[in-house]
Amino acid sequence: MALSTPASGTDARGGSIPPRGLPPEELRGQSPRSEQASVGRAATGSSSLWRDAFRRLLRNKLAVGGGAVVILLCLIAIFADLLAPYSYTKTNFARLNEAPTRDYVLGTDNLGRDLLSRMIYGARVSMLVGLGAQIIVVAIGVPIGALSGFVGGRTDLLLTRFIDVMYAFPRLLFVILVMSMLGAGLTNIFIAIGLTGWVGIARQTRGQVLALRAKEFVESARSLGARSGRLLIRHVLPNALSPIIVAVTFGIPEAIFTEAALSFIGVGINPPTPSWGQMVGEGQQYLRSAWHLCVFPSIAIAITMLSFTFLGDGVRDALDPKLK
Amino acid sequence: MVQYAVSRLVWLIPTLLAMALVTFLVMHATPGSPLDPVAEGANPLSPEAQRNLAAAYGLDKPLWEQFAIFVGRAVRGDFGNSFVYKTRTVREILVETFPVSLFLGSMALALAVAGGVSLGVLAATYQNRMWDYASVTLATFGVAVPNFVLAVFLIVLFSLVLPLFPTGGWDSWRNWVLPTVTLALAPMGIIARFTRASMLEVIRADFTLTARAKGLSEVPVILKHAFKNALIPIVTLLGPMFAAVGTGSFFVESIFRVPGMGRFFVLSMTGRDYPMIMAVVLCYGAFLAAMNLLVDLAYGALDPRIRY
Repeated sequence: MALSTPASGTDARGGSIPPRGLPPEELRGQSPRSEQASVGRAATGSSSLWRDAFRRLLRNKLAVGGGAVVILLCLIAIFADLLAPYSYTKTNFARLNEAPTRDYVLGTDNLGRDLLSRMIYGARVSMLVGLGAQIIVVAIGVPIGALSGFVGGRTDLLLTRFIDVMYAFPRLLFVILVMSMLGAGLTNIFIAIGLTGWVGIARQTRGQVLALRAKEFVESARSLGARSGRLLIRHVLPNALSPIIVAVTFGIPEAIFTEAALSFIGVGINPPTPSWGQMVGEGQQYLRSAWHLCVFPSIAIAITMLSFTFLGDGVRDALDPKLK
Repeated sequence: MVQYAVSRLVWLIPTLLAMALVTFLVMHATPGSPLDPVAEGANPLSPEAQRNLAAAYGLDKPLWEQFAIFVGRAVRGDFGNSFVYKTRTVREILVETFPVSLFLGSMALALAVAGGVSLGVLAATYQNRMWDYASVTLATFGVAVPNFVLAVFLIVLFSLVLPLFPTGGWDSWRNWVLPTVTLALAPMGIIARFTRASMLEVIRADFTLTARAKGLSEVPVILKHAFKNALIPIVTLLGPMFAAVGTGSFFVESIFRVPGMGRFFVLSMTGRDYPMIMAVVLCYGAFLAAMNLLVDLAYGALDPRIRY
């Protein structure tokens, strides 16, 4: 609460998010300051909710810092080929497990490979898993949740029962199970996280859709003759969007963590592709003799997770100030 | 309340059955079999030997029959022989390793609850001051950073830089410290965050104002009036925390070489030890479900506003 000044918060704080299904005049009437908010253009669409949220997010220093690190990590992942001083597979058997030197800024691993280069390529795996897995999770979870909440009746009962069983499953245990059965590899990680991760977002979407379905603006759209499909896609889902976005921002670090954990125990990414989790797992046995093998990737994981958490906290507070 | 507890217990049966079925299907629907050579690139067994082994372990029967046999035996607590440790039954292994995991988990939980609640109360009492920032920082760190990464940091700090505790093993209390702390930090962070939020809400409530108005000093106001009421919502957290501690133990146990269930779990997964996988998943699922039920019942008992 402390982070959003009362002046900007009033639009969204009234309780419900301004429904998008309303005529545009109404929306404009709600935000007298929309002409000042040129910063908000980058956010989705042009409605005042997103603009306000984006401004609130920019005012949150931790979130901005986290976001900056996230952007930096994405850039590192994209331009890994240009940034890495060596190839991640290039070995130098004359210099094994070497502590940081001028040639190898972060030292070398047990095969004489440059740790810095491997960590730069490791960022690629982490970012790919974080974003890719969330796309799959949303693609499975949102339709199931929306269907369950919107259609109701027996479909809802069946789907919620199924969701409840999946929810009772210890998630990481299930992911490890699926991975050790499918075998290591990036595609399999997407499959494993997708298969298990959709449950939370489906639950959330269902709850939102259930609550929104009964709102007046949906009723009015229905009385104007809108069909179910249009009601769901044009009126209900856009208003359920902000909790979904919050869930996604927290889902990304969770996916990154899952990949790191899987690679740590050896069922994640296939070597020689470097992954931070795998580097920690392998370096752990040399902790006494070559501490850098384990410590640098650990720091990378910690920084990534913290940045995404700060960004996620900021996005949540910005989109729903009353939650804080 | 009794009716509620019974209905929850009855629901446990289909939930566990469904979990067993999903695990069973995932195991059998994916390529590879326990009859494949364990070592990579080793010569495969001859077809006759494979057939004989499959018959010996009942793997040649149709899947539905295998599942029915498994359920029939599991109900009596018999999970068969381990495929990897061929001379031992799954039950023997679990009886030996589960208490170790339980002990480690209980210590971690106790530390998490004690530490998390104190941090949360301190943070709320001194809102927006140093104690608050310190505890929020620790909480965020504990929640966001994976426990195997925390383990690395703790080993480097407290075994290598300051040689206070050994890097692994399970013989004396000195070995217990680092795994317990590693395992406790994440749930401690969660509890601290919730306690802080819950305390802040209660501190602003009317009854706290009344307590202050009648002239009580700060300590009894916080401890007697605010704390007791703030504690109720925290009880619900214990459910998910058992899960956090449980899954966390896979990593912590293998890093600190703790002879618990977590280590066997990972080994059985990669070795396609079907009976062991089923047993561990079910054991864990049943434990979690039972704990969740206990937590829900405790919540109802603590908060008279809750009705079932």
